[in-house]
Amino acid sequence: MKYYRSHVLVCVDPECLKKGAHDVMDAFQDELVAQGLIDEVQVLETSRIGGCDHGPELMVYPEGVHYTNLTPDDMPFLVEEHFLKGRIAQKFVAEEKAFTDEELSAPTAKEIRVVLRNCGKIDPENIEDYIAEDGYQALGKVLTENTPEQVIETVLNSGLKGRGGAGFPTGKKWEFCRASKETPKYVICNADEGDPGAFMNRRVLEGDPHSVIEGMIIAAYAIGSNQGYVYCRAEYPIAVKTLRIAINQARSMGLLGKNILGSGFDFDLEVRMGAGAFVCGEETALMASIEGNRGEPRPRPPFPAVKGLFAKPSNINNVETYANIPQIILRGADWYASMGTEKSKGTKTFALAGDVKHTGLIEIPFGLTLREIVYDVGGGIKDDKKFKAVQTGGPMGGCLPEAYLDLPVDYEAITKAGSIMGSGGLVIMDEDTCMVDIARFFMDFTQDESCGKCTPCRVGTRRILEILERICAGKGKPDDIETLEYLCAQIREDSLCGLGQGSPNPVVTTLKHFRDEYEAHIFEKRCPAKVCKALIRYEIIDGICTGCTVCARNCPVGAISGERRQTHVIDPDICVRCGICKQVCNFNAIVIN
Amino acid sequence: MAATTTVPKTYPKNEPLGDAGKKAVIDTIIEQYKDLPGATMVVLNELQSAIGFVSTYMQEYVAERLQVPLSRVHGVVSFYSFFTTTPRGKHTVKFCMGTACYVGGTPSLIEKTKQILGVSPGQTTSDGNITFEVCRCVGACSQAPVVVVDEEVHGRVRPNKIPQLLKPMLDEKE
Ligand SMILES: Cc1cc2nc3c(=O)[nH]c(=O)nc-3n(C[C@H](O)[C@H](O)[C@H](O)COP(=O)(O)O)c2cc1C
Ligand code: SF4
Ligand code: SF4
Ligand code: SF4
Ligand code: FES
Ligand code: FES
Repeated sequence: MKYYRSHVLVCVDPECLKKGAHDVMDAFQDELVAQGLIDEVQVLETSRIGGCDHGPELMVYPEGVHYTNLTPDDMPFLVEEHFLKGRIAQKFVAEEKAFTDEELSAPTAKEIRVVLRNCGKIDPENIEDYIAEDGYQALGKVLTENTPEQVIETVLNSGLKGRGGAGFPTGKKWEFCRASKETPKYVICNADEGDPGAFMNRRVLEGDPHSVIEGMIIAAYAIGSNQGYVYCRAEYPIAVKTLRIAINQARSMGLLGKNILGSGFDFDLEVRMGAGAFVCGEETALMASIEGNRGEPRPRPPFPAVKGLFAKPSNINNVETYANIPQIILRGADWYASMGTEKSKGTKTFALAGDVKHTGLIEIPFGLTLREIVYDVGGGIKDDKKFKAVQTGGPMGGCLPEAYLDLPVDYEAITKAGSIMGSGGLVIMDEDTCMVDIARFFMDFTQDESCGKCTPCRVGTRRILEILERICAGKGKPDDIETLEYLCAQIREDSLCGLGQGSPNPVVTTLKHFRDEYEAHIFEKRCPAKVCKALIRYEIIDGICTGCTVCARNCPVGAISGERRQTHVIDPDICVRCGICKQVCNFNAIVIN
Repeated sequence: MAATTTVPKTYPKNEPLGDAGKKAVIDTIIEQYKDLPGATMVVLNELQSAIGFVSTYMQEYVAERLQVPLSRVHGVVSFYSFFTTTPRGKHTVKFCMGTACYVGGTPSLIEKTKQILGVSPGQTTSDGNITFEVCRCVGACSQAPVVVVDEEVHGRVRPNKIPQLLKPMLDEKE
C-alpha cells in the first residue's frame, strides 16, 4: 500500500454536493497535482462531517482539522498553506461549536461512540478504510475460533437488546432462531427507519455500512443462515447505494458469498427497497413486503424465529443492533456490559431534535438522565426558555414532563414512565409547545399510516384525530376527555400490530401529564401555550404601537388597519393567525391573547 | 424476447408499453429481476424509478410476465405511496392551499390555471408536460398566495400573472 502523509475526507452528501463539493474536490486534486503533492495526500469521499450548513467541507487527518465554506477558488491557497507550508488555514477552520452531532473529534464528556465510531472518519465506499479500523476482524475471529453457540453466548452475556424499539434481548432472539430446525433460514436487517425526525440508522448505513454487514454475517453464522436481506426505506437512496457498493466490495474480498474466509460457511446479502409505507418497519409487515406483497402485519405467534420470511425461520434486527455486534465480539461481552445500567447495557444513538441548542445525533451510554441529555449534551433549551416535555419513541411513544428530568434513560425506566424507548427519536419541547397540538400532530401521522387491516386502528385513530382537531379548534365538548380515554384503551387492546397498539401513547401520556391543557382548551376555550390558531387573538397594544404601518403592509390578508402614526387595529374576523405581524413589528407592540 | 401477451397491441398515447424504447427498458427490468424471490416489489420499484410511474397496462404486463394474479400487483401498487399510476409531468405547478394562501386568493388562481391547461388539480396535461397540483402550506405565507413552479416559489401571484408563469413551460413543448 502507498504511504500517504495526509488523508483528506470530502463530504459528498446531497447538501454539500448541491453547494459544489465535487467542484471543490476536483479543484483540490488539480491543485495537489500542480503543487506536486498528489502522491502524499489521499483524497476520499465521505458522508456528513459537519452540520451540512457550511458546505462544501473537508476534514484533514491526522491533524483532524475541519475546513468549511470552501470554493474551488480557495484551493490554491488552502493547499499551499496547509499541505506545503504546514500551517492551518485559519480562515476556513470550522467554528468550534460546543457540541453538534457530527463533530466527532470534539470531546464530549458524556458520550461514548461505539455504533458511530467510524462515521465521518472513514470512507464508506472503501472497504480498506473499514478494515484499517479493525473491520472484519470479529468475523475472522468468530469463523476460526468460535462455535455458533459461543457467539450466541457472547451476545447474551453482553446484554445487548434490540435497538429497533421493543428492546428484546438479541442473544435470546438468535438462540430461538438457531433452535428452529427448518431450513433455509434468513437474516434480515430492518433499515426502514420511519419515525419522523429519526436518522440514526441512515447515518450508520451511509457512514459505516460494513459494520452492519459484518454484524449480519456473524448473526447468520450464529443462527445457521446462508441468505440475508437488508430492507431499506425508499427515502434513503444514498444509504441503498452505499450499502450496495459495500456488499459488492465485501463479496469481491471473499467476505460474502461461498466459503467465507475459507471457513466453509456461505452467506450472501441483498438490499431490498421499501416504497413509502411506515408500517413496513413492523417486522411481519416488512417480511410481507420483501415477499412482494402489501406490507400488512400478521399475527404473532408464530414468531419470525419459527415462521418468518417465506415462512422460514428468520432473525430480524435493527441496523444499530447489528452494528454493535463486531465490537462486542472483538472487545468482549464484559466490556460491553460495563457500559449502561443494570438491565440496559451498552450505548444508544439518539436523534436529538426540537427546542435544544444543539440538535443532531448523539450516542450515550444508558443511564444518563434526561437532564444530562437536555442540558449537558444538548446544551440546554434554545433562547433560555423553560423545558416543558420530552417526547421519546416517535409516533408510538409518549411525552414526559419536567418531573421526569432526573429519570435515568434506559428501557425499563422509560417504559415504567409510560413512554417507550423506540428507535431513538428524542424531541425536546419548550414552554411554547401546546401538548394537545402535539398529540394531534402524532395522531395525524399514525392515522395516515395505519394499514387499515384492523378496524380499531383504522377507525379509532381517525376518531381520536377528529376529536383532537375539534379540541384545538375550540369546539371541544365536556365528555371529550373520557371519550379519548375510552378510545385509547380500545385501540391498545384490540389492534393487531404495534402501530395500532402504540398509537394512543401520545394522547395517553399528554392526558396524564398535561390534563390541565386539555381542560383549558375544552372548558375555557383557551390554548395556554398560545399555539392553537382558533383560540388565540393577535392584538396591538395601544401606547406601544407607533403607527409605523409595517404590520399592515405585511399582513397577507389585510386584517390590519390604521393611519400612519396612529395605533393600528387587527380585525380578528379577517386575521388568519399567521403571526407575521408580530414578527415584523419592531416595537413589540403585538401580543397574542 | 418471446413473451406472449394478451395486452392489446394499440396503446393510448403516452403509454410506455407502446413506446419501443420504453418497452425495452421494461422488458430488461422484468427479465433481470423476475426470478428473485418476492420479485413483484423489486420489479415495481425499478419500473417506478425508470419509467416514473406504473400504468394500468404496465401492471397487467407485470402480472402476466411474473405469473402472479393481477389483483396482487394492483394491491401492491395501491398499498405503497411511492408508486404512482399516472405519469408526472416534466414540470410541476403547485398551488398552496394553506390558510393564508387560500384566503389570499388561491382559488381564483386555480380557476385561471384550469382554463389554460385544460386539466384539474391532481392531473397532468395530456402531452405529459405539466403536472398541476395543490399542496399544503409551503411556509412562505408572507407572500401569499404562493405558486411553486418546479422548485421555485412565486409569491403574491395574481390571476393575470398566471399566463406569464406558465408560458415558459408551455413554449417548451415541441
Ligand atoms: C409500526 C412499527 C414500526 C417499526 N419501525 C421500525 C423501524 O423503522 N426500524 C426497526 O428497526 N424496527 C422497527 N419496528 C420494530 C420491529 O418490528 C422489530 O421489533 C425490530 O426490527 C426488531 O429488531 P431489534 O430486535 O434489533 O430491535 C417497528 C415496529 C412497529 C410496530
Ligand atoms: S394495528 Fe393498524 S397498522 Fe397494525 S395491522 Fe392493524 S390496522 Fe394495520
Ligand atoms: S408594526 Fe408594530 S408599531 Fe408598527 S404599526 Fe404595526 S403594531 Fe404598530
Ligand atoms: S396574524 Fe397574520 S393575518 Fe393576523 S393580523 Fe397579523 S399578519 Fe395579519
Ligand atoms: S399558514 Fe402555514 S405558516 Fe402560515
Ligand atoms: S399558506 Fe401558502 S405559503 Fe403558507
